[in-house]
Amino acid sequence: MKASVVVFPGSNCDRDAAVALEAAMGRPPAMVWHGDAELPKSDLIVLPGGFSYGDYLRSGAMAAHSPVMREVIKRAQAGTPVLGICNGFQVLTEAGLLPGVLMRNATLKFICKDVHLKVERTDTAFTRHYAKREVVRFPIAHKDGSYFADEATLDRLEGEGQVAFRYCETDGRITAAANPNGSRRNIAGVYNETRTVLGLMPHPERLADAALGGTDGIKMFLSLVETLN
Amino acid sequence: MKARITITLKPGVLDPQGKAIAGALHALGFGQVGDVRQGKFIELDVAESDPKKAEAEIKRMCEQLLANTIIENYAYELEAA
Repeated sequence: MKASVVVFPGSNCDRDAAVALEAAMGRPPAMVWHGDAELPKSDLIVLPGGFSYGDYLRSGAMAAHSPVMREVIKRAQAGTPVLGICNGFQVLTEAGLLPGVLMRNATLKFICKDVHLKVERTDTAFTRHYAKREVVRFPIAHKDGSYFADEATLDRLEGEGQVAFRYCETDGRITAAANPNGSRRNIAGVYNETRTVLGLMPHPERLADAALGGTDGIKMFLSLVETLN
Repeated sequence: MKARITITLKPGVLDPQGKAIAGALHALGFGQVGDVRQGKFIELDVAESDPKKAEAEIKRMCEQLLANTIIENYAYELEAA
């Protein structure tokens, strides 16, 4: 399996993603600079977290139009799996590969803490290593993470099984108190229609090694390796 | 030509920054302030003298980059430079 991690000016989780990918794949991913119009042949493309282009205009808006993204969009439309984490999720919505938009947190604060998430389905390339209805702990670190889409779109996402993760209590209950940023319907991550593109605000790569305090995140990368190998 | 573009959040989209601004204005004694909505203002020059062509280009810029039309509306004024 070959993976590529796109590096934008301002990305700061690209190496964390590379470490998690290497742990799961047994080989390092290719690191691809945003200005490159060419992307190596990849079974998986990862858009990492960070503050691409300083979050100018809107988070992810500038990165969504960088040269490499034209190729990422083409590959995604042809079925190559794409994982966008945090800023990568923002880039995917701005690029039109995922529905909705990530808005300023309802609290207006940058939030950096671990949250609990309910894995909504375990039959996708990203989640097959998780147990049904499993509650996982991932860190969040963002200021623009409030997921917004209009009601009709939210209904469609739920109806089509495109909600990937929801903020929840430790026992899996979806409550307003467990929602850190004002996201509609506690949504922390969504899939595209074919469930080959996933965007999520929490960081699986940051809890993907026991030395970091948790391993809930590594299962996502192991799921991808098992599916794509 | 010069274009002045105003980008605002659509009605119904929560604007916590606008709410915080309203709170600060109230704290300063401006009790008459009601709802506050904040947005963006962008001024740009277009090397195009035909107003119709310039307008079409500005629209494309707003749709493709300057506004996220899921949550934002845009309006513009054009002026001969």
